[in-house]
Amino acid sequence: MLVHSRTGKWATWSAFALLFLPLFAVPLLVILAASLSTNWSGALPSGPTTTRYAAATSGDSLQALTTSLVTALCASVLALVLGSWAALAASALGRRGKRFLDALFMLPVAVPSVVVGLAVLVAFSRPPVLLNGTRWIVIIAHTVLVTAFAYQSVSAAARRLDPMYEQAAASLGASPGRVLWRVRLPLLLPSLTAAAGLCFALSMGELSATMMLYPPDWTPLPVQIFAATDRGSLFTGAALAVVLMGTTLLVLTAVSRIRTRASYR
Amino acid sequence: MSPQDLAATVAPSGIRFDGVSVAYGENTVLDRLDLTVEPGEVMALLGPSGSGKTTALRAVAGFVRPASGRVFIGGRDVTRLPPHQRGIGMVVQQYALFPHLKVKDNVAFGLKAHRTPKAEIAGRVTEALELVGMAAYATRHPRELSGGQQQRVAIARALAIRPGVLLLDEPLSALDARLRSGMLAELARLHRELPDVSILYVTHDQVEALTLADRIAVMDRARLQDCGTPEELYRRPRTEFTASFVGNANLLPVTVTGPGRVDLAGAALDVPTETATPGATATLCVRPHLVGLGPGPNALTGTVTEVQWRGSTHRVHADVAGHRLMADLRELRDPPALGDPVTLHFAAEDAVLLPAGAAREREVAGG
Repeated sequence: MLVHSRTGKWATWSAFALLFLPLFAVPLLVILAASLSTNWSGALPSGPTTTRYAAATSGDSLQALTTSLVTALCASVLALVLGSWAALAASALGRRGKRFLDALFMLPVAVPSVVVGLAVLVAFSRPPVLLNGTRWIVIIAHTVLVTAFAYQSVSAAARRLDPMYEQAAASLGASPGRVLWRVRLPLLLPSLTAAAGLCFALSMGELSATMMLYPPDWTPLPVQIFAATDRGSLFTGAALAVVLMGTTLLVLTAVSRIRTRASYR
Repeated sequence: MSPQDLAATVAPSGIRFDGVSVAYGENTVLDRLDLTVEPGEVMALLGPSGSGKTTALRAVAGFVRPASGRVFIGGRDVTRLPPHQRGIGMVVQQYALFPHLKVKDNVAFGLKAHRTPKAEIAGRVTEALELVGMAAYATRHPRELSGGQQQRVAIARALAIRPGVLLLDEPLSALDARLRSGMLAELARLHRELPDVSILYVTHDQVEALTLADRIAVMDRARLQDCGTPEELYRRPRTEFTASFVGNANLLPVTVTGPGRVDLAGAALDVPTETATPGATATLCVRPHLVGLGPGPNALTGTVTEVQWRGSTHRVHADVAGHRLMADLRELRDPPALGDPVTLHFAAEDAVLLPAGAAREREVAGG
């Protein structure tokens, strides 16, 4: 421990609480409180109610939640496949090729997501690939945005992976394909699931690119939340936000379960 | 199946290096290696780090591509074959057991890769594990085993595919001293049970090489320096490097004065000069444990500069006319003190005359 004295520890904890509570905890608590009330004119909300949750988990809102879940699932699976593929290919390249791929996959992170959204919109709004107005354009945009994170996380792990495992497998007669499926991917599994979780969470919360692209029949939950607050229904928006947060956390917990079971060292 | 059956199914195959060079850019790490490992032979590649010995092994395994030359396994040119088609078994220093697989699945890995019929796999896994005494640990994960146990499993995994050639890359370096001598005996027993397997054993440890190998190839600075049976290299080294790397050696610069006579800084010594011509300079090699205390043939007088007690022996360093002479003496009741005058001697037949190298006096620590 860095701080040893008792007063020092107290001071550190107080400083932590002072910074952490207003910045991270209070806003989330406010959302939670707002979602459970009908009125907030004083210092504290009043008129406790759960009707907003009934509304937030049925009809259009439920539709938006499934839309978000399906989009995030598709985008993170696609991103994981593409990102891992590229990362594993990069690990076999020379220094220059690796740098080029690193830079290429960093692009969607460096470019503002609004720009990515616009680019996808322009690119797929005319033949030969006309996807504007379909759900696929949203899924593609999400995939483009989150693949970078899958690539980075897997390529960092692949770099750390000791080549002696692959060599041992090859010396035992395993073809490159068998080495990949039976040795490298299983050893990379913890990073793959971590990458999947990250991609899923990012896609669940994506708003700015989605806003430029979503068709009326494919409205993800963040768009719904934005629309609700935009027309002044703050409490409805809050309830939707809590549902979005809860669902994401639930999925992430499930994914991290796989991760703990898959870590060997 | 018993170990005898396993031995019977191994096709005898040796290894041949034919002018193999390996370079990384400008840096030549293996320089025109010519070496043959006979079927069933244990060949140790002995040398300091950076001598090219591991590179030679990796060229056989297929993990480095020679810049020139060819590698043969069992008479087949494998220079351009990928590692998985070479039919080798390999064991490395860090074991490299697959952490996500149980012991039995680690051993079965190579069998599955070779498309061994399913019905056979379980039996051959057990057989290989029994060979190294690890059958009781089949369902454990590698992380639950000690280093020595992991290395046994790694050996079982390499042997399960019944390779004609077994490559061992410093297999005992990660083990502590006691385990190491146990595993050394174990490896010797394994080779007796599998007499047709050719073994290429890379090590920097002369004891491992002397104990295990039928022949030792001594490597230094990317080149093969010397090759012969352990006894030849120990008793009749051909170079200063071999003399100092295989066992300890006193290397003294001398001048040949006549047949069977040399001069060491004014002292006349009787040693076999063989082909050396009078007037030539040469290096005299005498093993420290063959040097005796007191007067005798080839006596040299000097001053004690260091005395090390090593339990069963005393190592005495003496300064003889500016040259250092080491003697390993059976534990002395009354060891000499620093600065004492001392007389040391050695028998003529225990001395070897080497071509003068860099005319340096060398002492290799250890022993």
